[in-house]
Amino acid sequence: MAIYLQILSNGLMLGALYACLAVGFSLVWGVLNVINMLHGSFIILGGYLTFFAWHLYGIHPVVMLPLVAALMFALGFALQKLVINRVVSAPVLTTLTLTFGLDMILYNAMTYWFTATPRRITLDLGAVHLGSIVLPVDRLVGTGLALAMTLLLYAVMRGSSIGRAIVAVRMDRSAAELMGIRTDRIYAITFGIGALMAGVAGVVFATVFPITTNVTGIWLGKAFVVCVVGGLGSVPGALVGGLVLGLVESFAGHWFGPQQAITAGFVLMLVLLLTRPTGLVGVRGYE
Amino acid sequence: MKSGFPLYAAMIAGLLVLATTPLYADNYVVRTAAIVAMYGALATSWNFIGGFTGYPSFSTAAFFGLGAYVGAICQRHGIPMGLAWAIATVVVAAFAALLGGIILRLRGHYFAIGSIAVVELCRLVVSSWSSLTGGGDGLNLPLMAWPPEELMRFFLFVMLGILLASLVATIIVDRSRLGFGLRCIHQNEDAAAMVGINTTAYKIAAYTLSAMFCATAGAAYASWTGYIDPTDSFQIVMTVKVVVMALLGGAGTILGPTLGAAAFVLLEELFWANFLDWNRAILGVVIVLLIFFLPGGLLSLGMRRLRAAKVGGGQ
Repeated sequence: MAIYLQILSNGLMLGALYACLAVGFSLVWGVLNVINMLHGSFIILGGYLTFFAWHLYGIHPVVMLPLVAALMFALGFALQKLVINRVVSAPVLTTLTLTFGLDMILYNAMTYWFTATPRRITLDLGAVHLGSIVLPVDRLVGTGLALAMTLLLYAVMRGSSIGRAIVAVRMDRSAAELMGIRTDRIYAITFGIGALMAGVAGVVFATVFPITTNVTGIWLGKAFVVCVVGGLGSVPGALVGGLVLGLVESFAGHWFGPQQAITAGFVLMLVLLLTRPTGLVGVRGYE
Repeated sequence: MKSGFPLYAAMIAGLLVLATTPLYADNYVVRTAAIVAMYGALATSWNFIGGFTGYPSFSTAAFFGLGAYVGAICQRHGIPMGLAWAIATVVVAAFAALLGGIILRLRGHYFAIGSIAVVELCRLVVSSWSSLTGGGDGLNLPLMAWPPEELMRFFLFVMLGILLASLVATIIVDRSRLGFGLRCIHQNEDAAAMVGINTTAYKIAAYTLSAMFCATAGAAYASWTGYIDPTDSFQIVMTVKVVVMALLGGAGTILGPTLGAAAFVLLEELFWANFLDWNRAILGVVIVLLIFFLPGGLLSLGMRRLRAAKVGGGQ
C-alpha cells in the first residue's frame, strides 16, 4: 500500500510539472491553431538561462523566474509579431513546418553556445517524510511553483481584459474582430504567454531534471500528449491532462518498467485521439 | 498538370543524369546521387497523402524505419536480399492500411499530431522489443563482400529503381479515378463524400501508397549501411525533411517532390561541407524562407513564368 501512495504522490508532483510545461503549448494551439514545434526548445532555453544565472552569478532560480518569464514573453511576442503572424491562417502543414524551421535555428544556436552537456541545479533541500512517503523538498517547491504559475495564468485568463480577449478570439475570431479586438496583437500576446509558460517550466525543470538540448523533443512530445489528453486551449484542460499523464507514467513505470512509461503516454494519447479527440475536459468545435 | 511529353522528357533526363554519375564522377558524387534518389522516392511517396490528398502526414520515418527493420530481420534469418525487401514492402503496406483505417479518421492538427506519435511509438516499441530487434544496440546485417565502387553503383541503381517505381505509380494515380478522388478530398472532403467518393477507401489507398516505397527504400538502406538502430531509423527530423522537400519542389505535382529532394540534398551537402557548426540552423533558415517566399514550390516559379508569357502573348 505504502508503495502505491509513494507512486501516487510522485505521479501528482510530475503531473503538476507536465501541466505547467504544456499549458502554453495548449493555449497557442487552441487560440492560434498553430502546433508550436519550438515549445521544447523554449523550455530548455528557460532552463539554460536559469542554470547560467545560478552558476555564473549565483542568482537563485526563484529570483530568476520573473526575469526569465519577461525575457521569454518578449521573445515569443516578437517571433509571432514579426514571423508567424504572416502565415498564421495557413494550413497546419505550413505553420508546423515553419515553427519546425525556427526550432532548428534555436536548437542549433543553443547547442553551439551552451553545448549539449546535461546540466542541473542541485539545491539539496533535503526531504519531507510523511509516514512512509518521501517527498524531496526541491521537487515539492518545483511542483508548488508550477501549480502557482498555472493557476496564475488561469486567473489572468478569467479576470483580465487581455485574458477575456484571448478567450474571445479562440471562440470566434471574426466576431472578436467586430467587437474591436485586434486579433494580430492578441495572437502575439498569446504566443508570448506560451513562450513565457515554457520558460517558467524550464526554470522549474532546471532544479529537477538535467537540462540539455537533447531532450527538447521529449518535452515537446509530453506537451502533445497533455494537450490531447486534457483538451485544447484551456488551463483546466492542461491541468487535468498533465496530472493524468503524470499518474499514468508513474504507474506504468512501476508496473512495466521505466522505458514503458513514455510508451504508455503515447498509447493513451492515440486512444484518446480516436475516442475523444476533444480531450477529457475539452469543448467540441475547436478543431 | 497533365502535360504529357515535356513531363516524361524531364523525368527521363533527370533519372539519366543521376544514373550516369558513375561514368564520370567519384564515389562521393555517386553516393550523393543515390541519396537524392532515395529522398526523391520518399518525398514522392509522401506526395500521395500529403500532396494529392492534403493530409499533413508526418509518419514517413515510421514507414522507412519499419521497412529497414523488417528487411534486416528477414535478412538475418537467411532470406535473400531482394526477397527481404519485397517482404518489408508488403508487411509495411499492410501495416499502413490497418493504421490508416484508424488514424485517417482524424483531420488537420489532430492527424498531424497522431502521425508524429506513430513515429515515436514505433521507435519506442522497436527499442524495447530487444529479443527481436536488438533493442538500443541495433542490428547488424550480412555484409556484402563487393568492392566499394561496385557496391555504390549497385545501390544507386536500386534507389533509382525505387524512385522510378514511385514516379510511375504517381503518374498512374494522377491520371486515374483515384487521383481525381484524392484531389476532391483535398478540396473539400465532405463534398467529396457527398458526390459518392468512398473517402475512407481512397484515403487508405493514398496512405498505403505513401508507405510502400518508403518501406522498400528503408529496407534497401539497411542493406546498404549494414547496421541500423532505433534512434537513426525513426527520426522526426527525417520526417519533416521529407515534407520540406516535397513543399520545396511543389506538393501535389508529379516531379516536384523529386526536384525538391535533389535541391534539398545538394544544399544540405553544401552546408555540411562548409558550415559544420551551423548546418542545422541554415536548413532552418531555408525552411523559413521557403514558407514565406516560395509557398508553391520551385515548380510554381516555372508555371508562373509560363503563365505570364501566355498572358503577354495574348495581349
